[in-house]
Amino acid sequence: MTVHSEADRHRIDVLLQDQEERITRRWIDIAVANAGGHAARGALTERLREIYPALQRALAKDGENGELRRLLAELSRGQARQGFTPSETVVLVLGIKEAVYEVIEAEEDSETLRGYHWFCKFVDDLGLFTFETFAAARERIITDQAEQLLELSTPVVKLWDGILAVPLVGTLDSARTQVVMEKLLQALVETGSEHAVIDITGVPAVDTQVAQHLLKTVVAARLMGAECVVSGIRPQTAQTIVTLGIDFGDIVTKASLAEALAYALRRSGVQISEGSGKRVVVGVERA
Amino acid sequence: MERVPILKLGDILIVSIQIDLQDQGVLALQEDLADAVVEHRARGVIIDITAVEIVDSFIGRMLSTIASISRVLDAETIVVGMRPAVAITLVELGLSLGGVRTALNLEKGVALLHSRDGVDSDTVTR
Repeated sequence: MTVHSEADRHRIDVLLQDQEERITRRWIDIAVANAGGHAARGALTERLREIYPALQRALAKDGENGELRRLLAELSRGQARQGFTPSETVVLVLGIKEAVYEVIEAEEDSETLRGYHWFCKFVDDLGLFTFETFAAARERIITDQAEQLLELSTPVVKLWDGILAVPLVGTLDSARTQVVMEKLLQALVETGSEHAVIDITGVPAVDTQVAQHLLKTVVAARLMGAECVVSGIRPQTAQTIVTLGIDFGDIVTKASLAEALAYALRRSGVQISEGSGKRVVVGVERA
Repeated sequence: MERVPILKLGDILIVSIQIDLQDQGVLALQEDLADAVVEHRARGVIIDITAVEIVDSFIGRMLSTIASISRVLDAETIVVGMRPAVAITLVELGLSLGGVRTALNLEKGVALLHSRDGVDSDTVTR
């Protein structure tokens, strides 16, 4: 680093020191104006006032900006979680350039202007860093949600003694099918159930791949000694299945969960008879 | 070489596989079982694989072969106690154990055989 630029840098340091209040105020104004309507001014002010001294220290030490980076990472992670856009986040950091420039212009100090170029580069680096952290935080949120979704969306429920149901909601891919299959088979063993109903009412589209996954699950259950019924096939889905030429073989399919349950009950020897009134009488046939 | 014991319960033969079967063991089991079915005039064979954690295509074929042999000798084969992981592996291998009936556990397997006995014995599925 030449003596010349060293002097320029020093001027910026001094400027940031002397005009601290003015620059901070202006910076916060710019940040709030650019950060979208839903930004909370109070929280933002607090954050930026925290970052400013860290920025000064980083500038003075040149390169030693661990503390500054930590603060910026915190800021961008917070922004990502609150649903701000990347530009709304990065503009918070870049706003200081404009604030500093306005002050330099007002002072009409051409010496400091030379140091400003160097300062800009420094802030741009910080902007890039903020953006990267923001993207990483977003990525993480998406991965977490995908995992949560996977756990949430595959419950195995007991409908009757020896009859389980898996209501599938959402698109079926290999990963989900694997989870569904494992959960269902495990539940079959644990409860000793011989019948399972796979309800696909909530599956938006059935293509060859989804059908393949369903078939695998049914065959695996059959290998273990349990029978599966696929229910919740809508008229549209039925048409698609036939058009695609998917063969469900000897797998029993029913239009609704109710019919599937009735079928499974019949198969397991439970008799349902509608008595007088709305009462449902249930009796188990003893072998 | 370890031999798998064959237990007799009424007119049912029960084979519980609890060791890692090698090729020789499988062949011996097939022979022993065929002999036992004829000797005891068994109506059903139950193969319990609760303890089997790892399967390959060889074991899969063994089950199918035993079922075929038994069917020729007029005995029905039921495989019981298959673990979920084993079932998934077999499906991924593309083996569906055609001609083999399955049940969740030994109890249900025995019940299945008894319920078949009540029905007309001429009705043979698959």
